[in-house]
Amino acid sequence: MSGRDERRDGRYDVPLTVAGPDAEPARRNGHRRTTAAAAEPAAHDEPDTATDEPDTAATDEPATAAMDEPSADEPDPAAVAAADEPFRMADQRSGGPEPAAVEEPAEATPDDHGAVAFAGPAVPDRRDHWDRRVAGGLAFLRRRLAGDYEVDEFGFDPHLTDAVFHPLVRLLYRDWFRTEVGGLENVPADGPALVVGNHSGTVALDALILSAALHDQHPARRYLRLLGADLVFRMPVVSEIARKTGGTVACNPDAERLLGNGQLVGVFPEGFKGVGKLYSDRYKLQRFGRGGFVSAALRTGTPIVPVAIVGGEEIYPMLADIKPLARLLKLPYFPVTPTFPWLGPLGMVPLPSKWLIEFCPPIPTAHLTDSADDPLVVFNLADQVRETIQQTLHRLLERRPDPFGP
Amino acid sequence: MTPGGTPGAPGVVVVTGVGRYLGAHVAARLAADPRIERVIGVDPATPGPEFTDLLDRVERIRLDLDSLGGLLADLEVDAVVHLALVSAPDQQHGGRAAMKEQNVIGTMQLLAACQRAPRLRKLVVRSSTAAYGASFRDPAVFTEETEPREVPRGGFGRDILDIEGYVRGFRRRRPDVTATVLRFAPFIGSTADTTLTRYFSQPVVPTVFGRDPRLQFVHFDDALEVLHRSIVEEHPGTYNVAGPGVLSLTQAIRRAGRVAMPVLEPGLSGAAAIARNLGFGRYGLDQVDLFVHGRVVDTTRLEREYGFTPRSTAAAFDDFIRAHHGGVVVSRDQLAAAEQLVLEGIRQVRSAVRERS
Repeated sequence: MSGRDERRDGRYDVPLTVAGPDAEPARRNGHRRTTAAAAEPAAHDEPDTATDEPDTAATDEPATAAMDEPSADEPDPAAVAAADEPFRMADQRSGGPEPAAVEEPAEATPDDHGAVAFAGPAVPDRRDHWDRRVAGGLAFLRRRLAGDYEVDEFGFDPHLTDAVFHPLVRLLYRDWFRTEVGGLENVPADGPALVVGNHSGTVALDALILSAALHDQHPARRYLRLLGADLVFRMPVVSEIARKTGGTVACNPDAERLLGNGQLVGVFPEGFKGVGKLYSDRYKLQRFGRGGFVSAALRTGTPIVPVAIVGGEEIYPMLADIKPLARLLKLPYFPVTPTFPWLGPLGMVPLPSKWLIEFCPPIPTAHLTDSADDPLVVFNLADQVRETIQQTLHRLLERRPDPFGP
Repeated sequence: MTPGGTPGAPGVVVVTGVGRYLGAHVAARLAADPRIERVIGVDPATPGPEFTDLLDRVERIRLDLDSLGGLLADLEVDAVVHLALVSAPDQQHGGRAAMKEQNVIGTMQLLAACQRAPRLRKLVVRSSTAAYGASFRDPAVFTEETEPREVPRGGFGRDILDIEGYVRGFRRRRPDVTATVLRFAPFIGSTADTTLTRYFSQPVVPTVFGRDPRLQFVHFDDALEVLHRSIVEEHPGTYNVAGPGVLSLTQAIRRAGRVAMPVLEPGLSGAAAIARNLGFGRYGLDQVDLFVHGRVVDTTRLEREYGFTPRSTAAAFDDFIRAHHGGVVVSRDQLAAAEQLVLEGIRQVRSAVRERS
């Protein structure tokens, strides 16, 4: 299947993150990385969030130069001085060719001493890669502490999202879940669109991963503005994070306002019925509520882009739902998975399933603007979206015979 | 129309609540407008000494709102500006009971008097964005049509809902009177002194843990401008008045150079009540709800109808910071210096390690 191969290429072109401790299982699963991809962007995407910080143009310029320099110089034996011993040892220890060695500093991120000893000899000048990283991180902190950033009327904070939230989710979706994204050409580069997806996974990680993956891999780097249940906004901390990363309450005024502003809005019409379904019901789309999302799209004449997400169902396979406990805690469900609540906090670690995300061709609604209040039109359109997602799910599942495969 | 009055602008204007900051400034500004013949300031209490200079061109009448009816008829009043609202209970002046008396009963009496005033053709009522209440299901941005999903817990919010209800009744009974309701975001500015400006003036500012509400302010001078235009121009209807843009609470606290102290939400309302009774600050359920939910309004209608855009929330807040820089705990320069210091420290340690190896 040629389409599949292309997608694969697309996936490996993406700058790979570094291998944090999290990434190990990904490689155990036979997750290969091309050497070129691993070597070059190691400097860009790392658990340390600082490099993504677009602080000032002035400091950014030498940044790339400084970052490119070490990777070009390091393997050159002439440049390696006698003091370079730790570096070469690291090289041999990892047992790989040079790209593995370049990747090494990333793995050493939390270990300050290792990093210092390592980076020292390669660049004698003090304006090296690690210096840049530290300076960037400090500049980010200073801007946060001085309140030097903007939030929009929904509370979306792109500064924080780019620097902290997306890099964290990136680790998860790229190295832990090995996510492949397809059909990005179906998401418009500008103007509004309503992205409608299937919900799954006991914890709604799919929403976060969809928004981070879309922002990373879409050529226009679009932010997905998610619509969340009011329970999300009832909870302290969670509500704060949801708003700062671009979410808002799922209600028609907010959806129409975002779409009217030309934003990309993401919605999961199944809601808790989708997230809290048992593992035995995996990839069976639940009821689509009252179709409020369709009327929001119709009223603004916005195209609907269905998206199918495969992989979310296996991260926390829900074997049972303890309803009395859920009622007691005022939650929509209380999950029992193979690891939760048995292993305590360890049970919160998602299983490393293989994820496929496929955006389907947009469904235009501009010609139906007058029928936003016609229940027949709304239900038909909702059914059409639901069917599209369900069929795409089946197609993707055929492509992924082993849920925990490479 | 009063002879001498410019078309559109009323001849005789009554302003309630001139004993307070907003009322005094509005009355003074109207008195300075040559199109308006007489400005009569009404207040149950004598205006404080700080306003005497301001009010020297305003005719002041010490009067309770229940005896306003005769005055409106006798003086052939064209317009009434109702600003005598209390936004937080004041223990020295009767607490919540007096606040409700003033806000709700006072407005009822004023509207009853207005209904019987034959010459009246304009009524401007101060309201607040608290009219939208606070609920987790609220949309992020309120337009004038948004109905509150829950009755607010706070006294001021409930009073505002009552007041707006009475104004709706008045509109039905006197359709010939242009009634303007202005829903103001919290006032801020270099000179304003409100519960919220006092809150931000503290060195350590309590916030609600795990919540970062979106706030909007309106600069005091812009509020004056909107009130003035409401009187000299025709703008029937309800308008949100707020500075465009949003500040989150922690962002505002950081910009002001203060330190945020998150407090756990359960029991916060009780703690606020105890603190209020003990006389520390005047935070009530209105403030707690604002700091949990935040409140952002759409000002498109104001900008379109008034042809006036208030300065942005961030700019209004900057003006407040400039006037209150005294209590700054962490300044921008200190942060920049600390950044340099840490960076230099790390560089030195690294070069030392490098030389050793």
